[in-house]
Amino acid sequence: MVHPDQVKDAIRHALPDAAVEVEDLTGGGDHFQVKVVSGAFAGLNRIRQHQLVFNALKGELASEAIHALALHTSLPSTPLNP
Amino acid sequence: MEDHVKQRIEALIASSPVFVFMKGNKLMPQCGFSNNIVQILHSLGVPFETFDVLSDGEIRQGIKDYSDWPTIPQVYVKGEFIGGSDILIEMYNSGELRENLTVALAS
Repeated sequence: MVHPDQVKDAIRHALPDAAVEVEDLTGGGDHFQVKVVSGAFAGLNRIRQHQLVFNALKGELASEAIHALALHTSLPSTPLNP
Repeated sequence: MEDHVKQRIEALIASSPVFVFMKGNKLMPQCGFSNNIVQILHSLGVPFETFDVLSDGEIRQGIKDYSDWPTIPQVYVKGEFIGGSDILIEMYNSGELRENLTVALAS
């Protein structure tokens, strides 16, 4: 079982500027909907963007502690610190 | 990943212009995300082949390493990994998927 805050912390550890929303879809701590907004995605295609987030959750995904992860990534609409 | 697993994966991917590693099969997807892919490809009228990773632990793990992508389903078009459920849904909704598939399957 993984707590949403653990997911958020792991992503923010890897992407310090990220705005992260985590929703536990079933309440069982293994099906999550995650939205990540980060400047680190700039210039990356969707696959590379998702891989950045997956890498932050490598252990939880490999062990299938996180069984399902619906993921949406995007760039900040306005530059974070121009 | 062992060579024989990599070769099996590459042979599967090469067996059809559109290939999907999924949980279950076209008729009986065993997971919501895998079902998303089947429905999307059916609605586009695109022929595709699948492999049920639940039937083979070696492929199930190998495919995650092969594309450095830890989740199932995985969709390949002309040998290229194009994403899982979320990305395919985004591409489908934006019209990008229909466009990409039309171009890929025409060439």
